[in-house]
Amino acid sequence: MSVSTLMLLALAVPMVGAVLILMSAGRPNQRECVTLVTAVTLFVVVLQMLPVVYAGGRPEVTLFTMLPGLAIHLQLEPLGMMFACVASSLWIVNSIYSIGYMRAKKEANQTRFYACFAIAIFSALGVAMAGNMMTLFLFYEILTISTYPLVTHSGTQEAVRSGRTYLGILLGTSILFQLGAILWTWAEVGSLDFRMGGILAGKFEGPAIGLLLFLYMYGIGKAALMPIHRWLPAAMVAPTPVSALLHAVAVVKAGVFTVLKVIVYIFGTDFLRESGYADWLMYVAGASLLLASLIAMTKDNLKARLAYSTVSQLAYVVLGAALLTPMSVVGGAMHITMHAFGKITLFFCAGAIYVASGKTQISDMDGIGRVMPVTLVAFLVGSLSVIGLPPLGGSWSKYFLALGAVDSGHIVFVAVFMISSLLNIAYLLPIVARGFFVPAKPDSGSAGIREAPIFCVVPLCLTAFGCLLLFVFADKLFALLTPIGGGPG
Amino acid sequence: MILANLPALQIVLPLLAAPLCVLFRREAISYAISLVTSWLSLAVAIALLQSVLASGPISYHFGGWAPPWGIEYRVDEVNAFVLLIVTAIGAVVISYAAPSVAKEVAQPRRYLFYTSYLLCLAGLLGVTITGDAFNVFVFLEISSLSSYILISLGQDRRALTAAYRYLIFGTIGATFYLIGVGLLYQVTGTLNIADLAQRIDPLIGNRTVRVAFVFVVVGVAMKAALFPLHIWLPSAYAYAPSVVTAFLAATATKVSIYVLLRIFLTVFGPEFAFDAYQLGYILMPFAIAAMFVGSAVAIFQLDIKRMLAYSSVAQIGYMVLGISLATSLGVTAGILHLFNHALIKGALFLAMGCVFYRIGSVQLADLAGIGKRMPWTMGAFVAGGLSLIGVPGTVGFISKWYLILAALEKGWWWIAVLILLSSLLAIIYVWRVVEVAYFKEAPEGGVKDDDGKGEAPLVMLVPTWALIVANVYFGLDTRVSVGTALQAAQSLMGAGG
Repeated sequence: MSVSTLMLLALAVPMVGAVLILMSAGRPNQRECVTLVTAVTLFVVVLQMLPVVYAGGRPEVTLFTMLPGLAIHLQLEPLGMMFACVASSLWIVNSIYSIGYMRAKKEANQTRFYACFAIAIFSALGVAMAGNMMTLFLFYEILTISTYPLVTHSGTQEAVRSGRTYLGILLGTSILFQLGAILWTWAEVGSLDFRMGGILAGKFEGPAIGLLLFLYMYGIGKAALMPIHRWLPAAMVAPTPVSALLHAVAVVKAGVFTVLKVIVYIFGTDFLRESGYADWLMYVAGASLLLASLIAMTKDNLKARLAYSTVSQLAYVVLGAALLTPMSVVGGAMHITMHAFGKITLFFCAGAIYVASGKTQISDMDGIGRVMPVTLVAFLVGSLSVIGLPPLGGSWSKYFLALGAVDSGHIVFVAVFMISSLLNIAYLLPIVARGFFVPAKPDSGSAGIREAPIFCVVPLCLTAFGCLLLFVFADKLFALLTPIGGGPG
Repeated sequence: MILANLPALQIVLPLLAAPLCVLFRREAISYAISLVTSWLSLAVAIALLQSVLASGPISYHFGGWAPPWGIEYRVDEVNAFVLLIVTAIGAVVISYAAPSVAKEVAQPRRYLFYTSYLLCLAGLLGVTITGDAFNVFVFLEISSLSSYILISLGQDRRALTAAYRYLIFGTIGATFYLIGVGLLYQVTGTLNIADLAQRIDPLIGNRTVRVAFVFVVVGVAMKAALFPLHIWLPSAYAYAPSVVTAFLAATATKVSIYVLLRIFLTVFGPEFAFDAYQLGYILMPFAIAAMFVGSAVAIFQLDIKRMLAYSSVAQIGYMVLGISLATSLGVTAGILHLFNHALIKGALFLAMGCVFYRIGSVQLADLAGIGKRMPWTMGAFVAGGLSLIGVPGTVGFISKWYLILAALEKGWWWIAVLILLSSLLAIIYVWRVVEVAYFKEAPEGGVKDDDGKGEAPLVMLVPTWALIVANVYFGLDTRVSVGTALQAAQSLMGAGG
């Protein structure tokens, strides 16, 4: 099969899956079978494309012309390949977990849930394979809209309010800033293609570059750069599999992925560095990184703490992009994968604890490790990966990011990375320590708690194991991503 | 024979079908006549557009009298496109109409409904196709008088006052237009638009011409509901039967905008209108005010039809804004939005018609829980709403794209910012409805006229979804819409210059 057929298949499979899921309404077993089969098929399709990109191929498909001179166009390149792999592989694990979680919680409207999930994956793959900014924007908006019913799944007042924040910020910023930036680029350059080295040279100069960068960075609300991060903590009312989708599989990853795409392929790292108008982004990202970590420490709700941790980790990627050195960009890209596996493990654990015990507050989780040892060990593994300690994947991306900071000559950001890692330790490890070492309070209703259902426990073990594998095989990922650094790795 | 007389057929068909309905006085027969006539009109419009795109403008001399003495029908890219919009919406809406009319219009008046609908269609098509300034007035009155009847057929007694108010405003508008045309006739001695265009050229400083221009513009702007001359519109749309609202919202104001374009760019010409009279700077503040006031007021409406009506006021602002930029790209954006907005508002009003058919109300509060009960209808509403907001993949996005591009081309980036800001308001008023429809529990026992059934009948759903599909299709594949709009704008900007 030719690669272009595979690329089209990668879009078609989840879409067909969504239709089949809708047709399976009322038959849970069939519906969930369809979901799993679709997810596995998609992963196989995506894996088939991997060797081509490794070999330096950049396959393209033009779907149709949307506006004169502007086509809906797909192109595979290393960054997108990586995102496609992350999204499609985690979809499998997430689907297994969804089955366990949604059945255990006896959630309503599960068909809508699975169908929207499939559409979200469809748009994530569209974002990953987008060959120009217009295509990316199209799929970016579909992703926002298809995840809205997921965020508001429970239909409670609180969910509706969070949905409002979610949609308002994501749709609002993307229309106001991102669309504005895209139109501005199109009006000045007459092209929106992703090209190595950027497309702006000779068309933009001076402060206009800084302003355009501002529009793009704050137009990509999914990257949750402070102060437009509010939607992410708000969205924690959603069921845990949705949180996993938001934080690891698709949504925020699509955000930071777009940030990298824009900086590498629209602006071009060299162009931005020479212009000198990207410095503000480093400081904003650095501040976002530290502030979010500090806020995370104050949160007692486990999912809220994890949400702020995500805001902070996303800022790592943005900072990596903003430092504009080959090493930092590659490190930032790697961090997308590393953080995805680490954070999904943590959310799976949070959900498993909720399913098994109904607990959401960290202060209630004393002694939980004694009754749910597997879950809490996985939580420990995930935490260590997010903190960035060997032998887990997160250590590599943080290593490269720090190297990039040294290369760029902004030593202060090495310090930022280190301080943030310490903060990560401070807000993640106490949860594990409490779970294992502090005995449960007698009146906390902990009696009779057992591990969550097998469908919940297996996925979180798999992703925790994934964190380990990513440490061992990080060189493969590094080799894949080296070309986007633009220089010798 | 038929091909040569297509321009005449476009008008004659609905105009003669209307009295037929009165003769039969039967609901079923008049419905059948309207249905067949509407689809035939669409076929004629398509044939005309193809012929114009292939071999240039058509000039048809009525009764064989050569212009400027006889009445000329003149079809070029611009009005062929508008004819297509009007007939297409007419065909879709009438296919949808039967159950909705049966629900909302009392039995003895139904054949009258179809009669007035056909007259209204004939009038709108006549305004569009004719090449004679006085003939425009005649058809404008035909369409207006029949739309007063259509609006007053609404169930709610307030429909009568709404129709009356529209009558007053419509008559003032038409009179202003007539005064303007009369003055022009006095100065130039001709009523033929092409002829007028030539004779006005040397009269650029003439005071009578200037006064005529003002009268004509104000008169038509009133018909087009350009802010602040829009106050007849919300009530008329809110209390008219659903089918009428959908039809008028998608066609009547569009045709008036077309007349504005014709007068600015063909009769007076871009140099006259934009350079000598600085029309762009006069229209622009009103257009921008319309965008914001219309959207902002829409946010606070409790009746969804009224909300959509205010949104129409805002959307008319977008169209006029495009025109007021006075560039080829700006006019393209205006014409494009004419087409796109017809699709958007048509779909949204039809969806609301489905809701009204089932629960007998379109008050926001009564829509609680409707998302679950009528998933296809509300699905259409959400899709149409997204198009209204301008999400990529819908026609609304294409409109915004060109509008902003036109503003950026002139270097007026602040206009681009204003357009983007005003689209945010659309998010608010669309999502208000979504939240109530999907997240509020349906009230016990339903609303007073609730028939308790689920989804609307297929006859109504299929046309609604046909428009939604068109919204997405023309949002992704823009060859037809953008292509035609570009050609139309070029011919307008080039011809008069």
